[in-house]
Amino acid sequence: MAAPLTLLLIVAVTIRAVLFRSSLAELISARVEVVSPLNAWKRVVEGLALLDLGVSPYSGDVFHETPLMIYLFHFTVDYAEIVFIVSAYFFRKQKYALESDRYSADCLELLRSPKEMFYIPLKVAMFYLLNPFTILSCVAKSTCGLNNAIIALFIFCTLKGSALLSGILLALATYQSIYPLTLFAPALLFFLQRLYIPVNLRRSSFWFFTLQYAFMYVGSLVVITGLSFFLLGSWDFIPSVYGFIFSVPDLTPNIGLFWYFFAEMFEHFRLFFSCVFQFNVFFYTIPLSIKLKEHPVFLIFMQIAIISIFKSYPTVGDVALYMAFLPAWSHLYRFLRNIFLVSCVLLACSALFPVLWHLWIYAGSANSNFYYAITLLFNFGQVKVFTTTWLTNCEWKNRWRNKVSLFINLY
Amino acid sequence: FRLSSLIGHISTCPSLIGQCCQRHPGSVDEFQEELVIRPLHSGDIYASFQFRTLWDTDFLQEGQKVSHYRLFPKSLGQVLSKFSVRELHISFTQGFWRTMQWGQPFIPSPPGAELWVWFHDTVSDVDGNWKELTNVLSGIFCASLNFIDLTNTVQPSASFKPLGLGNATDHRFLRYATLPREIVCTENLTPWKKLLPCGSKAGLAVLLKSEKLFHSSFHSQAVHIRPVCQDEQCTSKAWELRQTLNVVFDLYTAGQGKKEWSLFKMFSRTLTEACPLATSSKVYVDITDNPELFELSPATPLLSQAVVLGDRRTYSVFDLTRAETFGQLRSLNLLLRWKGDGGEMLRPLLHAERYVAGFGLQTGEIHTVIYNNHPYRAFPVLLMDSVPWYLQLYIHTLTVTSKSRDNKPSYIHYQPAKDRHRPHLLEMLIQLPPHSMTEVTVQFERALLKWTEYTPDPNHGFYVGSSVVSALVPSMVAMNTNFTQDQPLFSSFVPVKEESSYFVRVYTEPLLVNLPTPDFSMPYNVICLTCTVVAVGYGSFYNLLTRTFQVDEPSLPLAKRLANLIRRIRGVPLLT
Repeated sequence: MAAPLTLLLIVAVTIRAVLFRSSLAELISARVEVVSPLNAWKRVVEGLALLDLGVSPYSGDVFHETPLMIYLFHFTVDYAEIVFIVSAYFFRKQKYALESDRYSADCLELLRSPKEMFYIPLKVAMFYLLNPFTILSCVAKSTCGLNNAIIALFIFCTLKGSALLSGILLALATYQSIYPLTLFAPALLFFLQRLYIPVNLRRSSFWFFTLQYAFMYVGSLVVITGLSFFLLGSWDFIPSVYGFIFSVPDLTPNIGLFWYFFAEMFEHFRLFFSCVFQFNVFFYTIPLSIKLKEHPVFLIFMQIAIISIFKSYPTVGDVALYMAFLPAWSHLYRFLRNIFLVSCVLLACSALFPVLWHLWIYAGSANSNFYYAITLLFNFGQVKVFTTTWLTNCEWKNRWRNKVSLFINLY
Repeated sequence: FRLSSLIGHISTCPSLIGQCCQRHPGSVDEFQEELVIRPLHSGDIYASFQFRTLWDTDFLQEGQKVSHYRLFPKSLGQVLSKFSVRELHISFTQGFWRTMQWGQPFIPSPPGAELWVWFHDTVSDVDGNWKELTNVLSGIFCASLNFIDLTNTVQPSASFKPLGLGNATDHRFLRYATLPREIVCTENLTPWKKLLPCGSKAGLAVLLKSEKLFHSSFHSQAVHIRPVCQDEQCTSKAWELRQTLNVVFDLYTAGQGKKEWSLFKMFSRTLTEACPLATSSKVYVDITDNPELFELSPATPLLSQAVVLGDRRTYSVFDLTRAETFGQLRSLNLLLRWKGDGGEMLRPLLHAERYVAGFGLQTGEIHTVIYNNHPYRAFPVLLMDSVPWYLQLYIHTLTVTSKSRDNKPSYIHYQPAKDRHRPHLLEMLIQLPPHSMTEVTVQFERALLKWTEYTPDPNHGFYVGSSVVSALVPSMVAMNTNFTQDQPLFSSFVPVKEESSYFVRVYTEPLLVNLPTPDFSMPYNVICLTCTVVAVGYGSFYNLLTRTFQVDEPSLPLAKRLANLIRRIRGVPLLT
């Protein structure tokens, strides 16, 4: 297992290093699909330059990273490329460990054979490292890669059963961008399942553990926020980072749904629709948790997918994050409907994004509607991907349960 | 040069101003008017009017109410008292001053409208006063100054020091705004003329006829109000109102190609009398290049020499308060006839240009090029740039190069923009090497705005106001630091503090930048389509959350069903 993994790592690092040194790096770091106002490398450098000039980086509207990120890059700005490659490597490690904790039932052809299961970590690693989206995101030095690494570490710690580390990492992920807050529920469910505590609101053991975990999470979040305050000496970063994420003032085009919607919104309804769109991301947590409470890992996947699609400034790095999970459910491939159609849609949209952007911005022969249409189609395709996955998962579980009960009945 | 000496110069030493403005004791208001005509080497002609009113009232003391206005216009007096204004400078310009062809103007101004105001220290809400002031001025001058708001107002820290009395340096009381898109026309000239004591009925103002004035390459009218000292010891202060009008007539459009200019040809009027309310009314014609370049008639024995803009020039003076100036016909029509092609014009020592580089609607670069044409002296300049918030500047891409080497500015004041609240402000002190070209470049990204924030003609583009380059330029000729009463108005506008340099302000071109636009015809479509995608997601979720799966028993063929019926009666297991 180690040999193919090492080979994969070497290939991935080589590709990234080659692209870093080529002239494509400049081109890629300017693409709006790969970087957003929240995580562009150009803006990190601008924030550091403002800090050197003696002006607070949050006094303007260019810089929207958290203070801890400033200090991380203050020291490593020359080695930024290495930081990003290392974070990709960490992500890899997490994926590897992820698969050690899967369902292990042995029934008929519906299930995976042990041999298949053995190769899942490698497949996940391949899906992430060699995904063109991740390579683009890493070469552009978008801080999305670092956020993905933190989320991956969080999943790793959750699966390993360490509640404290999981809480701390989740707090760090939430501090970076607010949306991973929704991952609290699946992590909690996973721990409860692991410790054999039934999810019953009347049981005191349930509340005891929930409060413990919540305390660890909220405590680390408070500590991290306080640390940021002391680093820069002001609370300016809160409206600049979190206010920016929620109120979406910057309408730079990206692959998400927000930008054109709010560019064409009537002023009267702006606040209403901002609230609706943001609520949309957090809204699915509770129903999904109730429905999928026995399958917290799948719930994590669903939550990450929802965040990646409906967040205010998505990039292809976020898309790559949930796509990396797909091989974990390779047993569903046989039953996935419309998989060909959906994957064609996603591929075609990915190819059309740069073309229509060029036509709008540089050639002047198309207009913003073209790019917007492809955005819509891309998001529609993503929605179809994970709803199809979920649908197939439900069907599969149902069939499995049915087969098991039949099996028991026969004997 | 240190920054402090450059900035310190611009704030006035009271004694110097006092010397320049000695008045007859006992009179309440004083009015002077003058016209300077400077022929240019290219055959164009530059005419500069200045009307100065001195008003003996002290607003600097609180609680004084003024109700008696003599020569000073009441509308401006009320503005000064209501908004606690210490200095006000407003200019309306049509056209761009071509420094390389025309030399330096007496009073520089950027294209469009420019307004900068120093408020008193006692003002508590400067922004509120500024907003009301712009609206009131908008009414007084019939201009759309109400477009000035916080998104295009800046507070320069070093470039705009007070030109009048006062040693305040707290730039929180300074506001500067420019509207490059503002158009100047007759309806701005008419209220401006009404502010003059004689109106446009007598004196030099009879020449201000709009059909000729706007048929020119460059037209700029301005109002400058500042407090000045009335004597050397500065025991009492007065308000000085200067109304200036600079116009350049083009050889080919207004001059019909003939290198011969007269007052009648320029203004379609001649002078018949001085304004009765004026203590001095003079016409100066720059005859430094006479008699090689052109011939002036009627000839006059009165000559005057003045050092202005670093050059010693000779002027023929026509004093309109003396009756013999008008001759037998009771009218004065100056005639300048060119004799041949003159020599080289004195090259201006400081010159600046600006342009946008790059392609596409995503990014771009602003290049500002400053030329120092002095053969052996280097001097520092203060460059001030105010860029609107929708062009996001990246200050880490700022480069300053002189003679293809990096030239680091010694002072940078940068205030980044806040979206929809304030613009970028960049001020730098750059040392220009002698006889060189310095290039300042900075990259920017263009923002996509909300569809209501675009102007009705969005594809015209958005204007970026002119950059301001302020400098103390070394002078070839010793400047006159002693002021006497006979100093002509054009050389006493900017106070001169030292002999070896003079103050120059150069404005660059405004920029026109295109932004990416959304489709303005599609708000409903966009809202519906986006909500559709969200609804697809929501619908699929709802479906999957509430759907339960049941295994569907396949239906048995008829024969087996009958067999099962019999088996049930018998009590044996059923067929599947």
